[in-house]
Amino acid sequence: METIVFYVFSTFVVLSALMVVTVHNPVRAAFFLVLSFFSSAAIWLLLEAEFLAIILIIVYVGAVMVLFLFVVMMLDVNMAELKKGFVKNLPLALIVALVMFSLIYMVVGGEQFSIEKFAIPERHAADYSNVSALGQVLYTEYVYSFEIAAVILLVGIVAAISLTLRRRPNTRHQKIEDQVAVKGADRLRVVKVDSHARKYTIAEDKE
Amino acid sequence: MLTLTHFLVLSAILFSISLAGVFINRKNVIILLMCVELMLLAVNTNFIAFSYFLNDTAGQVFVFFILTVAAAEAAIGLAILVVLFRNKRTINVEELDTLKG
Repeated sequence: METIVFYVFSTFVVLSALMVVTVHNPVRAAFFLVLSFFSSAAIWLLLEAEFLAIILIIVYVGAVMVLFLFVVMMLDVNMAELKKGFVKNLPLALIVALVMFSLIYMVVGGEQFSIEKFAIPERHAADYSNVSALGQVLYTEYVYSFEIAAVILLVGIVAAISLTLRRRPNTRHQKIEDQVAVKGADRLRVVKVDSHARKYTIAEDKE
Repeated sequence: MLTLTHFLVLSAILFSISLAGVFINRKNVIILLMCVELMLLAVNTNFIAFSYFLNDTAGQVFVFFILTVAAAEAAIGLAILVVLFRNKRTINVEELDTLKG
């Protein structure tokens, strides 16, 4: 049963990853990436990493991929220009991928990761909580790394906002601090005007 | 029966596909960022497989931090991409040669 689930979802992962790298439309690529994240989350569930599977869906599918979609739709990109060279680079890409895969397979496919060395562990009991097991090490042993991760996220927020913040000098908007700090003398100026400074004559008026 | 090799080979395939994607889509920065995300997914799958078969939670903690850093990286990368497009009206990698002497 588990083997069937594994093979079904890994087929999904591999096929959708292939679609991500080959499809021309970036919106479709983003949706195939979502599909591959979902299938990977299912595979992570098989490996009893429930918390991370949920986090993968919430953070990646819910936040990062939505960000990708927003950016793809915001940019008015000329796709025909970017498609050029697709066929030209294909043989090189295939060679590199095959070399990479065979190199990794030489390491992981051999005896050192076989079933004799890594026995299949016992499944945990039904009341075992992956979240509390992870939390117990995360907030004790790895608490400093956890705080550094929080700071990294803060830096990410500040960097993303300050990069994309745009000051447009021509737009009209309120300057609240100037409005609050204004004094009566800035707004109203009393000018003494002599009411008989100049005499109009009818002849002047007609000119 | 699922052994550790199954999961390692799956993530090797995933990593190779995304590496090929970097070579195929050499011009489109958005697809390049997606390929990087796929690579990180392959690496995370490796970590979780080892964490399960060695019965050690440290691998999952590592994946947690990788996810955090990858989310920040994606946000900043896309922000840079938006600024880049605003200034140069293109995201073609080959036209981004301003620093070339």
